[in-house]
Amino acid sequence: MTAGDTMISIKGLTKDFGPLRAVDNISFDVKKGEVLGFLGPNGAGKSTTMKMVTGYLPITAGHASVCGLDVEIHPIETKSKIGYLPEGAPLYGDMTATGFLNFIAEIRGFSGDQKIKHVNHAIEKLQLETVMNRPIDTLSKGFKRRVGFAQAILHDPEVLILDEPTDGLDPNQKHQVRELIKEMSAEKAIIISTHILEEVEAVCTRAVIIAEGKIVFDGTPTELRAQSPNDHIDEVFRKLTLAS
Amino acid sequence: MNNCWVIIKRELGAYFSTPLAYVFIVIFLALSGALTFFMGAFFERGQADLNSFFSFHPWLYLFLIPAVSMRLWAEERKTGTIELLLTLPTPTWVIVIGKFIAAWAFIGIALVLTFPLWITVNFLGTPDNGVIIASYLGSLIMAGGYLAIGSCLSAVTKNQVIAFILTAVVCFLFLMSGVELVQSFFQGWAPSFVLEALASMSFLTHFNTIVRGVIDLRDVVFFGSIIGVFLYINAAIIDLTRGS
Repeated sequence: MTAGDTMISIKGLTKDFGPLRAVDNISFDVKKGEVLGFLGPNGAGKSTTMKMVTGYLPITAGHASVCGLDVEIHPIETKSKIGYLPEGAPLYGDMTATGFLNFIAEIRGFSGDQKIKHVNHAIEKLQLETVMNRPIDTLSKGFKRRVGFAQAILHDPEVLILDEPTDGLDPNQKHQVRELIKEMSAEKAIIISTHILEEVEAVCTRAVIIAEGKIVFDGTPTELRAQSPNDHIDEVFRKLTLAS
Repeated sequence: MNNCWVIIKRELGAYFSTPLAYVFIVIFLALSGALTFFMGAFFERGQADLNSFFSFHPWLYLFLIPAVSMRLWAEERKTGTIELLLTLPTPTWVIVIGKFIAAWAFIGIALVLTFPLWITVNFLGTPDNGVIIASYLGSLIMAGGYLAIGSCLSAVTKNQVIAFILTAVVCFLFLMSGVELVQSFFQGWAPSFVLEALASMSFLTHFNTIVRGVIDLRDVVFFGSIIGVFLYINAAIIDLTRGS
């Protein structure tokens, strides 16, 4: 696929939890080379949207497709094209970092030299060499997040979906993760969710803001800033998300 | 099928990475030994067989199997790794079966480690080793029945203690349904086919014929269907309760 191809396509996506409508008729496309920053207050439906695209949650109405394949009709194929970092980066604490990455590599169908190559590449990218053989439970929060990140990029996916990848990291680690996202962005379509508005300006080529399950803004970070008379991006965010 | 093997490897590794596995095996061996010699009057009976060993298995499993099965899904729910697992390119049923086989293999290992008893009885007399092998296989397949119930109920909750208690209660009902005490409760008001159906669901009745050395197809089919039905429900529960 070449740059500019639509990798993720979401049309009229809706999710109900009982009487509560968590995601309400959301539509957007993400092209290769794009980094889409998904913004919104807590409970706006960011994670729910991501969980539907990754095939974790069933979709109430609408469609989501990845690389042209519908996620509900072809769950296995689309899951193998997605790298996903769930919120809070859940990991098997009893395994070592290497053991865990080997498990992910095997379940993604790699074996022998291919497996070693992919695991080593992920370890190198996230600089996990020093903690490779330690149980994940004993790692610091930053390292845990990086192991989760390594798991997501291990199979060199065409689509990356990262739910709050920098949450809880220190400024240096945040910087490192942002650099990594930028570095990979040319080859992939990436969605990241975040609360941090500066992060959108730092790494994203496009920002989508949702509030109460609906899209309230879709444009570039520069356009977002332009909406504020006195150049305060968080003011725009407040205005957009509280108005609805 | 390759993915099933990957899951089995990880799950078995998870058992042995904590002291729980060793504690379980020690308790199982100590209890089964003590019950055989003290309660089962192994020496006093003066017979070269392992009846006094196997006849306690249904009761031993009632408390030990829930301890093995309780973590299978409840732990994944608690730590959030279930989201990771279900967004990997593997169908749910493969994961359900992989986890079940790993737990079953673990019980198998514990059962194999009781071989000193078998050596003892062969040293003291000339037992019918065919009967003993049949009893071992019967005990293993009954353990599978308990485990399938345990795995299914572990998927219902995030709390391992609740999973343990639910499993013990349900297994107890299955165990006791053929016993006089339960039967007399239904006698007099329930139609006779209900009584017969209840009696035919009893683990105890089916296991007793196996211990006598008779591997009846009906008993194997019975435990096989228990495993099949509960694992099917297990997979259905996982798919229906995603994200909750």
